[in-house]
Amino acid sequence: MASPQIGKSVPRKEGREKVTGAARYVDDLTFPGMLHGATVRTSAPRGKILGIRFGDEIPWDEFTIVTARDIPGKNCVALRIEDQPCLADQQVNHPEEAVVLLAHPDKYLLEKARQSVQIEIDPLPPVFTIDDSLAKKQVIWGEDNIFKSYQVEKGDVDSAWRSAGFIVEGEYETGAQEQLYIETQGMIARANPADGVTVWGSLQCPYYVHKALVRLFGLPKERVRVVQTETGGGFGGKEEYPSMIAAHAALLAWKSGKTVKIVYDRAEDMTATTKRHPSRTRHRTALTREGKLLAMEIDFTLDGGAYETLSPVVLSRGTIHAAGPYACPNVRIRSRAVATNAPPHGAFRGFGAPQSVFALERHLDRVAAAVGLSPEELRRLNFIHEGQTLSVGQVVHEKVDMGKLLDRALELSGYHEKRKRFQLENARGAIKKGIGFASFLHGAGFTGSGEEYLASEALVNITREGKVCVLAGSTEMGQGTNTIFAQIAAEALSLECEQIEILQPDTSLVPNSGPTVASRTVMIVGKLVETAALAIKKSLLQSGFLQEGYSSQQFENACRQYLDKFGPLESLVKYQHPSDLHWDDTKYQGDAYGAYAWAVYVAEISIDTRTAEIRVEDFVAVQEVGKVINPVLAAGQIEGGIAQGIGFALYENVVWQEGRMMNGQMTNYIMPTSMDIPPIRVFFEELPYARGPAGAKGIGELPLDGTAPAIANAIAHATGADIRQIPVTPEILFEMLERVHV
Amino acid sequence: MSEASRKIRVRCVINGQAVTLETYPLARLLDVLREQAGLTGTKEGCGEGECGACSIEMDGVLVNSCLVPALQADGTTIRTIEGVADRGHLDAVQQAFLTHGGAQCGICTPGMILAALNLLGRTPQPTTAEIREGLAGNLCRCTGYTKIFESVVEACRFARPSS
Amino acid sequence: MRSYIPGYEMEVPRNLAETLERMAREPGTWKPFAGGTDLMVLLEAGKLPQRKYLSIWKLPELGGVSVTHTHVTLGSLTTYSEIRQHEVLASEFPLLCRAAAETGSVATQNRGTLGGNIANASPAADSPPALLVYDAELELVSSRGTRWTPYHGFWKGYKQIGLREDELIRAIRLPREKSAWTHFYRKVGTRRAQAISKVCFAGAARMESGQIADVRIALGSVAPTVLRAIDTENVLRGEKPASAIVHAARETLAREIAPIDDIRSTARYRLRVAQNLVAEFCEQLTA
Repeated sequence: MASPQIGKSVPRKEGREKVTGAARYVDDLTFPGMLHGATVRTSAPRGKILGIRFGDEIPWDEFTIVTARDIPGKNCVALRIEDQPCLADQQVNHPEEAVVLLAHPDKYLLEKARQSVQIEIDPLPPVFTIDDSLAKKQVIWGEDNIFKSYQVEKGDVDSAWRSAGFIVEGEYETGAQEQLYIETQGMIARANPADGVTVWGSLQCPYYVHKALVRLFGLPKERVRVVQTETGGGFGGKEEYPSMIAAHAALLAWKSGKTVKIVYDRAEDMTATTKRHPSRTRHRTALTREGKLLAMEIDFTLDGGAYETLSPVVLSRGTIHAAGPYACPNVRIRSRAVATNAPPHGAFRGFGAPQSVFALERHLDRVAAAVGLSPEELRRLNFIHEGQTLSVGQVVHEKVDMGKLLDRALELSGYHEKRKRFQLENARGAIKKGIGFASFLHGAGFTGSGEEYLASEALVNITREGKVCVLAGSTEMGQGTNTIFAQIAAEALSLECEQIEILQPDTSLVPNSGPTVASRTVMIVGKLVETAALAIKKSLLQSGFLQEGYSSQQFENACRQYLDKFGPLESLVKYQHPSDLHWDDTKYQGDAYGAYAWAVYVAEISIDTRTAEIRVEDFVAVQEVGKVINPVLAAGQIEGGIAQGIGFALYENVVWQEGRMMNGQMTNYIMPTSMDIPPIRVFFEELPYARGPAGAKGIGELPLDGTAPAIANAIAHATGADIRQIPVTPEILFEMLERVHV
Repeated sequence: MSEASRKIRVRCVINGQAVTLETYPLARLLDVLREQAGLTGTKEGCGEGECGACSIEMDGVLVNSCLVPALQADGTTIRTIEGVADRGHLDAVQQAFLTHGGAQCGICTPGMILAALNLLGRTPQPTTAEIREGLAGNLCRCTGYTKIFESVVEACRFARPSS
Repeated sequence: MRSYIPGYEMEVPRNLAETLERMAREPGTWKPFAGGTDLMVLLEAGKLPQRKYLSIWKLPELGGVSVTHTHVTLGSLTTYSEIRQHEVLASEFPLLCRAAAETGSVATQNRGTLGGNIANASPAADSPPALLVYDAELELVSSRGTRWTPYHGFWKGYKQIGLREDELIRAIRLPREKSAWTHFYRKVGTRRAQAISKVCFAGAARMESGQIADVRIALGSVAPTVLRAIDTENVLRGEKPASAIVHAARETLAREIAPIDDIRSTARYRLRVAQNLVAEFCEQLTA
């Protein structure tokens, strides 16, 4: 009998390849006769395309040139809708929009050629701010610049104000954030009428790319194949964008008859691909004299950039998370995603929740002060409990105890002692210290009916050698998919992980398990893998070739015997939506998520008031996540997410000029180095979730929600500065500190 | 239009093997390693010497190969990630990265391991502060560095093979 | 890679004499290329108009650090790593060692050279303020001969230095006269490592009975060039750093520097921080 696999820090399945440099990412691959591809982009934010001028002194006859006219099917990057063109045709709507594609065997000459192409634009007036977009200064998308809006109503907000003991308002903003995966976007394509289209590349969602290529080329599904190569980080930045670069590589391949590779350099990747949606949230909160929440009115707006892409879904998650883990009888949330002439914003770990949770947790610290309570007292008074309802009306069925999580986090961080001590010590000296926290939740899986709509599948089969193969469309990008799936299957089959093989996601081989996003891979797809593995075990036991308590050798023998006698053995499991989860899309009410992770994060910071530089000195993260399948991988996810959250809070500032990112270099877009990250202490509580594999829930996005507001609250504690926006750069804090003094 | 300079021959020892590579004088050593020498373990993350994914050892010293012109690699001894394991036996740093979660997506890992080895070569038992500083030129977006530090500390507990 | 690599040439001269001879024969056509940590970044960005280079990276005449009773002379190819590891520099010229330690990362420090840094003439460079405080002199060589010039005054304008087209920086000489001074260096960057400075302050003072007998102050990133804050020095010289004097120094400094808004920071922030740093410097002098 194998040792238990759940709760074990099994080393990463593809780890050896990664530490020896043998892992093959897309730019490591070459094909015979391969061409390099490049993209010619406009620098204008909006305008009509008058013409394309090709520079002199380039041997253009050696080049493959593709424009919108070369697109066999529909000129769009199909996602939820088809408003985004693959190549701009008559008009451009954001800086860096792709207009012309070029391919050539010599990558140096290719770049020279790319720089020589001029796109002539007759400018149209652009829109760059949320306010201008809402005011419809120009209508740049649809009828009214609004991609999507939601309204959540719980109870009766309007009549709550009259009986309020306190009413507190506030406005909060978050900036764009670049995913900054260390491996830039890249795709290789082979495409011709005889073979169809095949792409290999860095991506999170093979079937998203598949759908987009089918539409672009007008080909039947079987003629399009998408293969994921080893992916060097995604974080959502490779959720939808890869469809665009895959389309470009495939169009060049189609026209040239050769295999084409497009890999972005860092500047192109930063300036042309998606970022986290900038946000603005307005809170108006009514409380009783004792500090119990009476009503929350929340207005939440996202800047979506020039095309719809995933903005409605980001908006959805941000909306649902806007009121947090609190019991409030009356809630109204109005939200909208609006168009501006910037490259479309997109998925980034957290997906709307980091934006609305920042606002909420910062706001509640201010509310506490207004009411005369400590931040902790206010939360305790209002934490939601089992049996109560969240803002969208979902009854909490989990035995969550936020109060206990808070206790633990505050104790582990020495919060109370530090809160007092810093107040005294801050009176003298240039260094001011602060400690603050955020309490929050994050729903795992697609919202509402989303999982039902995705109808994900996973397949498990066996080989004559006794290997168990897991076939799923879920991708490994560092978060541990391969290892966790192997552990789940191994546990179900009482084997060791070495006997489990996870197939490279290839749409010609693996079923559609839905996208690798939304903290769903372990909880939703892992459950399918577990079910399929159990079904395999059952079949083998029922066949008589295997008896309970088998060894791995006996399992091997049974596989061979079974296959020889009966032929292939596989189990394909399709997602079944729990019948007790109901969601109303029109009212935006009901069971938003199957399960939530619950957390309290505490940040200790210090500020040098001479320079307003902020350092995170210590960070404690306590979360309840269901069963932890692999402790090292799980902690790694939290630590990495917190580092990204620290960047979101303090360092990562996109400098915009007329819709274009001006600091598109790693020198000027600042992510934390090893010297900028504090000791991060991670603690898990585990209340097994019955519907998760081995009781697991999702955790990937959770850390992005609470990190920034904990830091912002700590800064406010240290200095009295009323932080309302992130990133809190030293320049911004410096101005605030001068005002606090005056 | 005046045409390009002629290609040059770059003779160097890479991972113990003498090689002669033909390339342009200002081609990046990173590209020469990846394309001419077929050693794709060294990665490009930024092209501007900020991320350290392209870190290698050149004449025993850690450098960002994206900033070294091929001509200046002539006559040098180079170690890349492919030269770290000894005939399939992982170095202690590599082993520690495996057991302690030092690699997630893996793209920063080759450079990070070279930087760690270089650090341990200079400072066999570094303090946490020295580890942080020694690795400050290698950016990781996945791990938040915590498990990378733990991996390096773990590696220090074992004798290391000579570089 | 945004440059056309085949269009660039680089050759290896056998020695310094050959280098200078070629630079003299075709002034401006051939330029020296040291460790490349600045030039290769420009190459990647497509911003390197100069096409022909002479690789001086291994020229022995340009390397090495020599120490006499009165001076330390660094060859222009001295790397930041070599600076950090040098005993005399570490003990007598701590500002330069701090600057070297805060430049880029270990990998950059192994290839970046002091001469390259000076020739690149960025106002945000980390070492020049230290060199100015230490009254550095530069040895410039050409096929016509050698000349020494003080580093102070070498800057002519934004990214312009007094280096003629046929000249090369051979060495940087530092008088060994400030080892007993109090030294203060602070670089305020975008993060704790691998940061381009927003404000860089280097200062040293000779204290006698609590009075500032002599002082040097230099700053980076607050003007088109790295500058010596001469007026501010004059306010402090001969005084005890009490609060009125510190206030005067702050006010004088504000008039001496000319910070701007740019992609990394704001003029206002740079101004205020520079003022705070001169105050912090003065605090160190009383400690």
